[in-house]
Amino acid sequence: MSAALPLQSGRTSRWAPPRLSARFVPVWRRNFLVWRKLFVERLLTNVIEPLLTIVAFGYGLGSLLPEVDGVSYLQFLASGAIAMSVMYSAKFESLWGAFSRMHVQKTWDAILHTPLAVDDLLLGEIFWAASKATFTGLCILVMIWVLGIAREPSSLLVLPAAFFIALVFSAMALIVNAVARSYDLLSNYFTVVVMPLVFLSGVYFPLSQLPPWLREVARWLPMTAAVDLVRPLALGRSPAHPVRDVLLLSVFGLLCYYVALVLTRRRLLK
Amino acid sequence: MSALPKTDATRADDVLVVDGLRKDYGGTTVVDGLSFSIARGSCYALLGPNGAGKTTTLRCCLGLTEPDGGAIRLVGEPVPRNARQARIRVGVVPQTDNLDPDFTVTENLQVYGRYFGLSDGDVLARVPGLLEFANLAHKKNARIAELSGGMKRRLTLARALVNDPDLIFMDEPTTGLDPQARHVIWERLKQLLGRGKTILLTTHFMDEAERLATRLAVIDHGRKIAEGAPRDLIRTHIEPHVIEVYGDGAFAWAQREGRQLADRMEISGETAFCYAAEPATLLESLERVAVLRYLHRPANLEDVFLKLTGREMRDES
Repeated sequence: MSAALPLQSGRTSRWAPPRLSARFVPVWRRNFLVWRKLFVERLLTNVIEPLLTIVAFGYGLGSLLPEVDGVSYLQFLASGAIAMSVMYSAKFESLWGAFSRMHVQKTWDAILHTPLAVDDLLLGEIFWAASKATFTGLCILVMIWVLGIAREPSSLLVLPAAFFIALVFSAMALIVNAVARSYDLLSNYFTVVVMPLVFLSGVYFPLSQLPPWLREVARWLPMTAAVDLVRPLALGRSPAHPVRDVLLLSVFGLLCYYVALVLTRRRLLK
Repeated sequence: MSALPKTDATRADDVLVVDGLRKDYGGTTVVDGLSFSIARGSCYALLGPNGAGKTTTLRCCLGLTEPDGGAIRLVGEPVPRNARQARIRVGVVPQTDNLDPDFTVTENLQVYGRYFGLSDGDVLARVPGLLEFANLAHKKNARIAELSGGMKRRLTLARALVNDPDLIFMDEPTTGLDPQARHVIWERLKQLLGRGKTILLTTHFMDEAERLATRLAVIDHGRKIAEGAPRDLIRTHIEPHVIEVYGDGAFAWAQREGRQLADRMEISGETAFCYAAEPATLLESLERVAVLRYLHRPANLEDVFLKLTGREMRDES
């Protein structure tokens, strides 16, 4: 008689495909409301860090360097820095931000008592992180315009590209969030995984400088695809192989979302 | 509709029906064939020691934990399959407050209402009534950090009502509150019952269960060991008079006289609990021993609970 209603076993439902719906929007709006309240202080960190990179490396170091790929080192670095900052911004939001909402404030527990599912929750978090990261991208773009590093109208295309790549890196970070027991893992992930990815992605120097085997590895890294996509757009040019980059990032991003979903379900719905 | 079997205790419009619920964690059975059913407009309490499986049962009913066996129907929907739809008509007051610390009192209600698909206009129209109910109208723009423990609990209760639910889950709603704050929460819960809401309450406070519950189940090791209206349970399980004897000489007196004079006696810590239908001879005996201190009181739910679950200490599992 207890089999009157067929039950899915915990294992089956944990692996269920994502159920996507517009229910994620209130999660996005919740995070947006918090952000709006802390706008001014957050704006400073958004602007100052990339500004330091551009001034110190771009102007300082760059003045000693020859042209790279047909542009000044300052232009090369600043355009790559957009991709890097967008990625960092998405990561931070989906690591420290999500971790405090999930584990410290228990905001996610409260949300799961409503009709929202983990699927909606993660989608809301990812879209939110991407929105915030796009704003970071906009800040740097404005900085690049103001400093006169590049002023092509078509560089506005950086913004949709930034949103897209931020979705991918947010999903990746949420995997770490789903398995993290403390803030330590988040820092370790940043140092051990994220930073090397950035150095191999062509933000600071062209990949042609790498030894051939490492160059081959770097070519397949999602961060490299992100830089390949954003850098030319920021300088008013067309990306060399946009379809390949978008495809690589899409597949990687969807995979990350699914893994993050399964692991977060395991964590929260035990 | 669900294919749940109809027993005498289960009616078609019961707000929550749990049948043969089972949940194992790594070889340990936490909920073991639990069945109960809650009639509309009543307050049902799950009473049990720490680790009895109360919170796991609530999580299963909300579709947050997958049962390993059994069936659940919540506000007419099979759970976990249609848990989302069911949760639209359910409110939850969790054991620990998880209000949004970045928001004001009003913003907490506004943001939470959106999760139920309510428009901003709808929620804003409900906020004044909710704040009045929670007695927080004067704190509507306060930050969460400025609220006392009792105020936070009341706000959590108001938040659970933002979707005008049929059924409210309350997981130990007054744990950690001072006596005044507890009475305020109880009074509000009575009001909700008066409005026709249904409440599922977990608690280990006997007075809370006795005061609020229409029916209750005593659960231990994930199994229901007694069920009924509080008064009936007391009548069924316990002699009407209880005399607690404690202090110097209590133990000696208990062995010498208490055991013969009481219908039933239990020793717990330094106290002898004497249960009797007719207390007169016990009281006379106690009066003769001047050093003994004792308390004569009517039997209550705590006696039932301790009789059924035993007097040994439980650690959090």
